[in-house]
Amino acid sequence: MNNLQQHNDTMARVQQGLNQRYRNEKRFRRVGLSAIMSGLIFVSFLFITIFANGYTAFQQTYLKLDVVFDPALIAPLGMTDPDILSAANYGGLVKAAMREMFPSVTSRREKKTLYKLVSTGAVYQLREMVMLDPALIGTKKSVWLVADDDVDMLIKEHIDLNAVESDRRIKNNQLEWIRLLQKNGRVEKRFNSTFFTAGDSREPELSGIKGAVYGSFFTLLICLAIAFPVGVAAAVYLEEFASKNRWTDLIEVNINNLAAVPSIVFGLLGLAVFINFFGLPRSVPLVGGLVLALMTLPTIIIASRAALKSVPPSIREAALGVGASPMQTVTHHVLPLAMPGMLTGTIIGMAQALGETAPLLMIGMVAFIVDIPGGPFDPSAVLPVQVYLWADSPERAFVERTSAAIMVLLAFLISMNLLAVWLRKKFERRW
Amino acid sequence: MQFSTLILVLLCFMVLAYYLGRRRSLNLVSGRVRDLHSLPSYYGMQTALWCGIPALLLFVIWVSFEGAVMTGLVVEGLPSEIQNLPVERLNLVLNDIRNLAQGNIVSRTVDETMQKASDHYASLKKISHTALFVATLALATMGGLWARQSITHDQRARNRVEKAINFFLVSSSSLAVFTTIGIVLSVLFEAIRFFQQIPITAFIFGLEWSPQTAIRADQVGSSGVFGAIPLFAGTFLITLIAMVVAVPIGLMSAIYMAEYASKKFRDLAKPILEVLAGIPTVVYGFFAALTVAPFFRDMGASLGLSVSSESALAAGVVMGIMIIPFVSSLSDDVINAVPQSMRDGSYGLGATRSETIRQVIMPAALPGIVGGVLLAVSRAIGETMIVVMAAGLSANLTANPLEAVTTVTVQIVTLLVGDQEFDSAKTLAAFALALVLFVITLALNMIALYIVRKYREQYE
Amino acid sequence: MEEIVNQNGAVTEQLDAATDAEIDMRLVRENHRSETVGEMTVDDPRMICRNVDVYYGDKQAIFNVSLDIGKNQVIAMIGPSGCGKSTFLRCLNRMNDTIDICRVTGVIKMDNQDIYDSRLDVVSLRASVGMVFQKPNPFPKSIFDNVAYGPRIHGLSDSDTHLNEIIERSLHKAGLWDEVKDRLDQPGTGLSGGQQQRLCIARAIAVSPEVILMDEPCSALDPIATAKIEELIDELRENYTIAIVTHSMQQAARVSQRTAYFHLGKLIEVGETDQIFTAPRHKLTEDYITGRFG
Repeated sequence: MNNLQQHNDTMARVQQGLNQRYRNEKRFRRVGLSAIMSGLIFVSFLFITIFANGYTAFQQTYLKLDVVFDPALIAPLGMTDPDILSAANYGGLVKAAMREMFPSVTSRREKKTLYKLVSTGAVYQLREMVMLDPALIGTKKSVWLVADDDVDMLIKEHIDLNAVESDRRIKNNQLEWIRLLQKNGRVEKRFNSTFFTAGDSREPELSGIKGAVYGSFFTLLICLAIAFPVGVAAAVYLEEFASKNRWTDLIEVNINNLAAVPSIVFGLLGLAVFINFFGLPRSVPLVGGLVLALMTLPTIIIASRAALKSVPPSIREAALGVGASPMQTVTHHVLPLAMPGMLTGTIIGMAQALGETAPLLMIGMVAFIVDIPGGPFDPSAVLPVQVYLWADSPERAFVERTSAAIMVLLAFLISMNLLAVWLRKKFERRW
Repeated sequence: MQFSTLILVLLCFMVLAYYLGRRRSLNLVSGRVRDLHSLPSYYGMQTALWCGIPALLLFVIWVSFEGAVMTGLVVEGLPSEIQNLPVERLNLVLNDIRNLAQGNIVSRTVDETMQKASDHYASLKKISHTALFVATLALATMGGLWARQSITHDQRARNRVEKAINFFLVSSSSLAVFTTIGIVLSVLFEAIRFFQQIPITAFIFGLEWSPQTAIRADQVGSSGVFGAIPLFAGTFLITLIAMVVAVPIGLMSAIYMAEYASKKFRDLAKPILEVLAGIPTVVYGFFAALTVAPFFRDMGASLGLSVSSESALAAGVVMGIMIIPFVSSLSDDVINAVPQSMRDGSYGLGATRSETIRQVIMPAALPGIVGGVLLAVSRAIGETMIVVMAAGLSANLTANPLEAVTTVTVQIVTLLVGDQEFDSAKTLAAFALALVLFVITLALNMIALYIVRKYREQYE
Repeated sequence: MEEIVNQNGAVTEQLDAATDAEIDMRLVRENHRSETVGEMTVDDPRMICRNVDVYYGDKQAIFNVSLDIGKNQVIAMIGPSGCGKSTFLRCLNRMNDTIDICRVTGVIKMDNQDIYDSRLDVVSLRASVGMVFQKPNPFPKSIFDNVAYGPRIHGLSDSDTHLNEIIERSLHKAGLWDEVKDRLDQPGTGLSGGQQQRLCIARAIAVSPEVILMDEPCSALDPIATAKIEELIDELRENYTIAIVTHSMQQAARVSQRTAYFHLGKLIEVGETDQIFTAPRHKLTEDYITGRFG
């Protein structure tokens, strides 16, 4: 009965400590849950911040002016020759329209601040209208013109009107004029199509992401064209053909290490090899794609190897058994079965490449490029670099454009990831 | 665009060659495939390879050396006083010539020599491109025709094609090794040039970093100071802050996911956390600079502390957030690798979940978690965009997280972005820093991968 | 058929004294399903199981098992692989709780209390019903810490000397003391397989349980280590109630007083070990004992 006593003693002690232990248990559990929750809160906070800052960029303020297409200003001799028309003084038209609307503004300084309400891009808008339809010359027409970014910010209520006037980008007299325009229904927010159809610009209201999107597209195209075949080939070799020797060991170690090398180092590699050694031009998607291909290779190789590993050996034996060569076995049977997994890995690698910035800074893809690139040999920016450039710009209006560009970037990334998830789900196969 | 056209034409040639080769092999045996050594498609592929590969090689070699050769020719054509300019000035001139030839904006007034040189350049370029077109396509045609002609019924086409594919496979997998070599060489060479100008001890042990060398010799403060200790300290500080944020949160999330969460919760929360891992670092950088840094600054101000608007704290915290999913997914793997029998043993004795986790699973998983944390540290050290956008540029030697510090990666970016001359210590310093960065992260990765592998073997 | 009815009648009678009306209702309702042959009950039970069903998700793994575990006895559970004997064993200290999809119905009583009652605490249950597993699973800690783990988490020792005492006593009882007394600070994983398993037994004993469940404790061991463990089980019987799952009929015959034969999740026959091995009553038991399948 010695043991029974001992047992009873034990149970008494266990009961004694039980409450404390369950409290500890609960506390630990709460700590774990709050860790996850803080992660989730970070995600949502980040998205909310970006969205709250960015959604306004999809609208742009326009001002309605009654523009007189004065022939004296744009076609003085009655000539409608395109060369003359394109070089004409459309700025004068805008100024005249502004003066007419606010006849009380007379001093030079005030006039200058008045003209600032309209974006410099308004000139191109008018030019395009006239070039398209020369019959406009000599008529008067109400035109919605792009407002300056400061006006845009004011309308979107991003400007603190309680601040001292000298600290404000919008002065009191400008404010007065805008209020007047608003009262007359001459201020309107419209969908900001410029954002999707223009390249970069120093003026926020004229800047867009089209150039960067094209640049990203060409860069990814090059990256994919190199990284996918090479990555798959490397995976196939290592998984299906390579014998275990020093060289393959070295390759394995290298792949694992490259996967963890800081991306900026790849940028330096690109700078030293592709630009300085081979003399390829700076800032072009070709070099960017090459660098990113080297960077994403490990990701693709590792994913492809996992996909190949999941193909059961019985399939290979069956093919070899009917007399297929090892190469035929791989190309006819193993590769098609492993392809969904490889594609998933590749898409994830491409998503990684799409979001990468640092190595591209090294190869000069930070240049200010207005033109929309026509191919992988044209200088261009890419989306994340555009984000970086705009984030550095002091204008308040670039904050919302940066956030909007991030939203576009994230939309691309998330859809790529969803595609990968969908692929994995659709072709997932249990052997 | 021209190059793309050429490549497309070449691809068309290859397709054509495939069909020609295939048809010829069939014609040779009048359609009786049995009499051929290999399937007709292999003869086609063989022909296509002969058509495409030599031509492509020519193309690549041509494009790689075109720039250098043309520059040489243009320089020869320049007046001797320009030829004798120092290298960096000459490069600027050449840049302008190129820009002029492409019709871009040029930074100087265009004089007659410039115009002539640029015309020369443009004409050379035109000749070169035309010659490239002709040579490549001629080579492709010849290769294809020769291969087609050489087809016989007992030619071992399959073996040859497979050999070619095998060669491609081997070289693809060897690319990883060459990439590493390329990184080491490209960084090492420039770093050695740097150390020829600045003694290595001054670099590693120097306490002051001020890389601004003067462009003209007569400017004040013309010699930069390259003591990297403040950079290492700044990197260390930010990494430390990031780890303080990421390790507890990441580890506890992984524990909760692996040991407590219901399947439903896991299926929901895990992808959301993984979203954090997929967000580009430039977004985190923007987030840090726009939201987190001002937040810390205002909070510090309300507490009576002076917090720099580029504080190490903001950059570190945001970097920590970025690394959370990294730590959590690595720990998750490691925790799941602890055998169920360990848990059973502990539960069988009446331990609660938290007791089991803290006293059995954690000790068992520790090596793996340490490996994962080392990988995370290496990632934090090499992270660039967050610190470029949110940390400062001034190299303060401080342990105060509320002040601005700078990091190795920030300095690499600042030194290399913009116009650069490849022989100033300022530019070369970036490569020396990159060498340090590469060596440190490489060492961390090696150790981490070794630990993780040992850990896995233990439970396999 | 008649015998089964009698058997069930006996069960009901036996339970009447100890259970409430609810269980009786269950028994009446489900009597017709029990097909077990032999003496399910004993005079001095330590644990009483009635109508235990176990489900993994939609799949039922245990069908209507009723069985008593006798005090200071060794009961062996035998049967072909996948027959549910381990699953049943794990019900006895609610180890199945750790599997999300596992669901247990029926009644398992200890000290007149349903162990699946929500009021009962699983931690204290496992402190009184210890478990030894198929594969030796010492924690990656020192030998001392392995044995000290249970006493520490349950707060059983008042002082270091007390803890040392508990550990020495447990290792003595597990017959391991002489082999390890000089290297208590070395990792438990460094011991041989048989020693590891005895370490696990010592670990279980250290919390002074009343019942020890053993899930094929010798299946990963060589014959000599197995013999040592069997010897140990026989010694432990004096102070502990032991339920052992084994796939070796010889082992069951050697160590146990009662034997239960499981087949496809059902308890086919239970009785004195001698009787089961010499004169099985059920055809399936006989086939298994004589080696016609397994």
